[in-house]
Amino acid sequence: MKLFKDAPLATRDEITPKLGFVLVVLLALVWLIPFLWMVVATLRPPSDGINAMAELMPSLKPTLDNIKDAWDIGDFPRYFLNTTIICTGILLVQFVTVTLAGFAFARLSFAGKSLIFYLFLLQLMLVPVLLIVPNLTLVAKLGLYDTLTGVMMPFFASAFGTFLMRQAFEAIPTELEDAALIDGAGVFARIRHIYVPLSLPSFSAFAIVSVTSHWNDFLWPLMVINSPDKRPLTVGLSVFTKTAEGTQAWGTIAAGTLIVIAPLLVTFLIFQKRFISSFVTSGIK
Amino acid sequence: MRSTFRRGEMSLAEPAPLAVTRSGPPRLNVLQRFIAGFKASLPAYLLLLPSLIFLAAFTYGAVGRVIVDALYQRATPRAPSRFVGLDNLVAVLADPAFTGAVINNLLYAVGTVVPSMALAFLFALALSRTNAVTSALRAALFLPVLIPMVAASALFLFIFLPNVGLLDHYIGRLLPVLPNWLGDPDIALVAIMVITIWKNAGYYMLFFLAGLQAVPEDAMEASYLDGAGPWQRLRYIILPELKPTFLFVTVIAGLNAVTQVDHVFVLTQGGPSNATNLVLFYIYEQAVEHYDVGKASAATLLSLGVLMGLTALSFRTLANREGGP
Repeated sequence: MKLFKDAPLATRDEITPKLGFVLVVLLALVWLIPFLWMVVATLRPPSDGINAMAELMPSLKPTLDNIKDAWDIGDFPRYFLNTTIICTGILLVQFVTVTLAGFAFARLSFAGKSLIFYLFLLQLMLVPVLLIVPNLTLVAKLGLYDTLTGVMMPFFASAFGTFLMRQAFEAIPTELEDAALIDGAGVFARIRHIYVPLSLPSFSAFAIVSVTSHWNDFLWPLMVINSPDKRPLTVGLSVFTKTAEGTQAWGTIAAGTLIVIAPLLVTFLIFQKRFISSFVTSGIK
Repeated sequence: MRSTFRRGEMSLAEPAPLAVTRSGPPRLNVLQRFIAGFKASLPAYLLLLPSLIFLAAFTYGAVGRVIVDALYQRATPRAPSRFVGLDNLVAVLADPAFTGAVINNLLYAVGTVVPSMALAFLFALALSRTNAVTSALRAALFLPVLIPMVAASALFLFIFLPNVGLLDHYIGRLLPVLPNWLGDPDIALVAIMVITIWKNAGYYMLFFLAGLQAVPEDAMEASYLDGAGPWQRLRYIILPELKPTFLFVTVIAGLNAVTQVDHVFVLTQGGPSNATNLVLFYIYEQAVEHYDVGKASAATLLSLGVLMGLTALSFRTLANREGGP
């Protein structure tokens, strides 16, 4: 097999790895079936009938009617806007908090450093998703129930981001900072002009992990948001699905799902390598 | 993790941060030293303050509120709350819906962690060399990781649809009786597991790919020279080398089995007859649908205890891996 040309010489005659590879190719095709169905069903005209709905062969008379229907039923532009506001808001505040805290841990020495470090670690151990009930009561007390700010707030501090930035900042040679110190640059000037520009890859890795995870968040916004016009994409899609399910409009559901995930998939296909390496660092977030 | 932290403490860029006077009787200087230490540490505290405020409100404070809320109960949603001690914990543990949810969640954890990890490992083994074909296959297997669980649920809603759905359309004719995948209490949890496995295997694959990169080249070469077959290489070199990765992925997948349950909300609402009721859904139902914050908090507290044990384990693994993945 041509694919195995770069395999070590001694292993080229082995059968098992090739069988394993064939198996994984088949599984990868199975993995793609839900996506394939989504696209095919989106383009299938309702006139093909309910029994053709499951066919993976594309219809001979493709139509955009399902996308139009989905667009009319669901308030997708509004959902997109809300999700974008939530993800951007969280990310901007996180950038500030994790940069400052990461710098403190990487470069400053202070009383109680280990204690505070373990306090940060504790956030990773406490699994924020489980704290929805006490956090909902707090958000309500702060008067932020049914607001996008309420959805964002619990995520403003990020232990994962802090550790990622600490790691990046520690790798920056101190000589660079010494030069700035001689020039009399303050803490913020040094962070702004030395640490941040040299850590951009870590910032982008953090941004990818943060945005994808909050883009996909469902349970927390479901609890905080009550008004239909404040729903993010995930909550909007679940309501949309419920509505369309009632009328057996499977093509419309497929179209709605496609609308929701298309931006993520396109971004991923463009920045594939970066996404994958960021996700590897995100084991614990 | 700990070792890098110590190193960070040694390489100080800031000049003389701790101005501690060493002369004089130490007792008299305790307060003075504390003040001096605090003053020197002040810039760092100010930098940490924004993070600590939010952590205090939404993490540590939240845990505190869970503990307090678990000790109080209201007779009706509008009645004043009164102290009930451990009554909520007892009530939760005696609630068949909760114990059922715990059992379901254990089944769900085993039924998702083991297959998704085995598949992820198989994917990584087959796709460990990088070329255009393997990159495309990796991307295909990774796609489900990116999409929201709610979107995955919308797709599987049709896949599992009785009679006309994708699954019945293609493999239904192989079965004597068409099962109602999401409607049959004996099958629904398995159907939910399938979605999770489809969604997560590609994520765990990344960790195994990273782990495989770290398998020493010379050990592999020595095995070729010794004429070791693929199974022998797997058994004696790759598996021992990847043991920390397996542990790490087990923990991540275990946490996901508790926290990633959006598809239960969208597809089954815990039904049919509580067959897919998982712990987080139980907590949500108690709090949002029954307005029973006391019981919801007691259930949260129990789950937190279990999960903290699991994450503590993961940090030990991380520390052993010197920085982790």
